[in-house]
Amino acid sequence: MTKSELIELLADKNPQIQLKDVELGIKELLEYMAHSLANNERIEIRGFGSFSLHYREPRVGRNPKTGESVQLEGKYVPHFKPGKELRERVNIF
Amino acid sequence: MALTKAEIAEHLFLKLGLNKKDAKDIVEAFFEEIRQTLEDGEQVKLSGFGNFDLRTKNERPGRNPKTGEDIPISARRVVTFRPGQKLKNRVENAPPAQEE
Repeated sequence: MTKSELIELLADKNPQIQLKDVELGIKELLEYMAHSLANNERIEIRGFGSFSLHYREPRVGRNPKTGESVQLEGKYVPHFKPGKELRERVNIF
Repeated sequence: MALTKAEIAEHLFLKLGLNKKDAKDIVEAFFEEIRQTLEDGEQVKLSGFGNFDLRTKNERPGRNPKTGEDIPISARRVVTFRPGQKLKNRVENAPPAQEE
């Protein structure tokens, strides 16, 4: 399912809300989440999961084409930990 | 303070002028629809943000870390999040986390 399919589905299920409000709302929601993570602010959605940043130490990498060593700086990467309800609903076993 | 559904809804109200009920309903429905789609076994792809994928894991040997007892970890289906390139680029130079 893609973002546009998700927006259509949410609009169909919430006919009391105008399509353009659903569309703008979902896009702004994602923008706000990305913006918060870019400021290293955690996101905690109960029953869904939490998003945070993990730090990766600086390291020496290699250019896979030339084999040349490159010094890579430390950086943050996004991390998601699924919440209890999501874990339980997804686990079909 | 971590960002919560209530704060996201408040932001949609302030930024887009959605009424508070619609903002709250949109936020609630968004996360529920992703859960339902994953529960139904389908991946969710949010361009610019990332993908929620499903992985099925076989049973594997495990151990109770407290007692040292061998207990198998049962087969399970789990959600993984793969951030998109755009999100990775936006967060890589983030400031250090604030102490709370």
